[in-house]
Amino acid sequence: MMKNNAEIVIIGGGVIGASIAYNLADKGMKDIVVLEKNYIASGSTGSCGAGIRQQWGTEMNCLLSKRSMEIFENMNDILGTKKDIELKQGGYLLLAYSKEELNQFKENIKLQHSLDIPSRLLTVKEAKEIVPQLNTEGITGAAYCPTDGHANPFRVTDAYVESAKRKGVKFYTYTKAEDIVTKNGQVQKVVTDKGDINTNRVVNAAGGFSKEVSKMAGIDIPTKSERHEILVTEQVNPILKPMVMSFSYNIYCQQTPDGSFIMGYGDPDEPESHNIKSSWQFLEEMSKKATNLLPFLKNLRVLRQWAGLYNVTPDAQPIIEESSKIDGFFMAVGFSGHGFMIAPMTGILMAEMITGEDLSLDIKLDLERFEKGRLILEPSVV
Amino acid sequence: MEDNTIICRCEDIALEELRDLIKEGYTTLDEIKRMTRLGMGPCRGNICLELAAREICKLTDKSMEDIKMPTNRPPLSGIKLGELAGDNDEK
Repeated sequence: MMKNNAEIVIIGGGVIGASIAYNLADKGMKDIVVLEKNYIASGSTGSCGAGIRQQWGTEMNCLLSKRSMEIFENMNDILGTKKDIELKQGGYLLLAYSKEELNQFKENIKLQHSLDIPSRLLTVKEAKEIVPQLNTEGITGAAYCPTDGHANPFRVTDAYVESAKRKGVKFYTYTKAEDIVTKNGQVQKVVTDKGDINTNRVVNAAGGFSKEVSKMAGIDIPTKSERHEILVTEQVNPILKPMVMSFSYNIYCQQTPDGSFIMGYGDPDEPESHNIKSSWQFLEEMSKKATNLLPFLKNLRVLRQWAGLYNVTPDAQPIIEESSKIDGFFMAVGFSGHGFMIAPMTGILMAEMITGEDLSLDIKLDLERFEKGRLILEPSVV
Repeated sequence: MEDNTIICRCEDIALEELRDLIKEGYTTLDEIKRMTRLGMGPCRGNICLELAAREICKLTDKSMEDIKMPTNRPPLSGIKLGELAGDNDEK
C-alpha cells in the first residue's frame, strides 16, 4: 500500500530525483517518497549519452562537474554498493574548427586550471596521438581532459535508489503524479493515479515533463523539451579512448566500456515537443558526420537508435531553487542535456537547500534570472 | 533449466544472474534489459526476451500477458555506418 503522508515527495525517478532522495535520507530525513510514472531511469536519464565532462566555461559548471566526478570516482564507497557503475575515465577530446573556437578553449582551460581541472590544450598533432584514427581536416586544435569520461546512467541511478531504499526512502514506480494541491501559497498534497499523499514539500525532478509538473503547482517555468537522437553500434574491441566531441562540427562519439560506440548530435531545428521517435534523417546525417570524422566507423553496424528529451532553459543552465511563489515547492529541472554528469552534486545541493543548510557550492540557479535577464553565459554547451 | 544456462548469448548472461535480479525486484523486461544489457546485442533480443519473460512468470505472480515487451528500436537489422553514409565501396 502506498503511504498517504510524507515529509517530502519527489516527482521523477531519474538520476536527479534518486540523487536528491539519497542525499536527503543521508541527512536523516524520514518519510521520503519518490514517484516515477514509468520505471527507474526510464526518461531522460536512461536515454542520455552517458558522458561526464569537466571542461566548462563557467566556474559554476566546472565546480558542479568536478565535484560530481569526485563522487562518481568514489561512488561505491559513498553509496555502500558493490554494483559496477561502469565508470571509464578515457578523457574528453574537444575539437576546435576555427581560431575563435580555439581561443575560447584557451580561456576555458585557464579557468579550469584555476579550479584544478587537469585539462590541456593540444595541437592537431597531439590530438592525433590520442586518437590516431582522427580525420584532422579543418581542425585547428583541441582541448583534452584525461579525467573526463563515461558512466552507466542506469547503474548510477540504480546505485542511488538501492542506497536510498536502505535508508528508508519509498520509490513508487508506475505511479504518476497528477496534481499538486496548494493552499495559501503552501504545498498541501500530491495527487497520484494510485491515491493522494499529504505533504508540505514537493520536488519537481521531472526532466522532460518539468513544465507540466510546475504547472500543477501553478508555476510557469520557461523550460521546453526537445528530442535528441542517438545511436549505438555493435561491440568491438577497445579502440577509441576518449569521448570525441565538437561544438562547431556538432557531434559527440564515444566507445563505452562494453565496446559499442554511442554517438549523437544536436539538431538546431528540433521543435519543442515530447516526441521521442527515431528518424531516418538522423541515421543518414549521423553516419555521414561520424564516418567523416572517424573513418574506421564505416565498418561498424548500427544496432539501435533511440531518442530522449533535453529539457532546455533559455540559457541552457538548470533551475535549482525553492519557489518564491509556493512554499515547499522545489525545482531541479532544465538540465539542458547535461543533467546526468552533475546529478551527484545536484542531489547534495538540493538536499542542503531543502533542509535549510548553507550550500556547499556558491550557486545561484534561480528562476528569477530569466525575468531579470541575468542569463548565465556558458560558452560550451551542445 | 540450470542456473548456469546462458540465456542471452550476445551479452553472455547466465540464468542465475537473471534469477537474482528478478528476486531483487526487477520484474519488467525494460528494467532487466537496462541493468544487464539482456536483449541489447546483435540478435536484438529475438532469443532471450521471451525466455526472460517466462522466467519472470515462474518467479513472480505475473502471467505472460502482464509482461510488456521492450520497444523495438530501428533499424530492424544491423546496417554499417558506411552504407548509411552512402559509401558503397567496401574497404
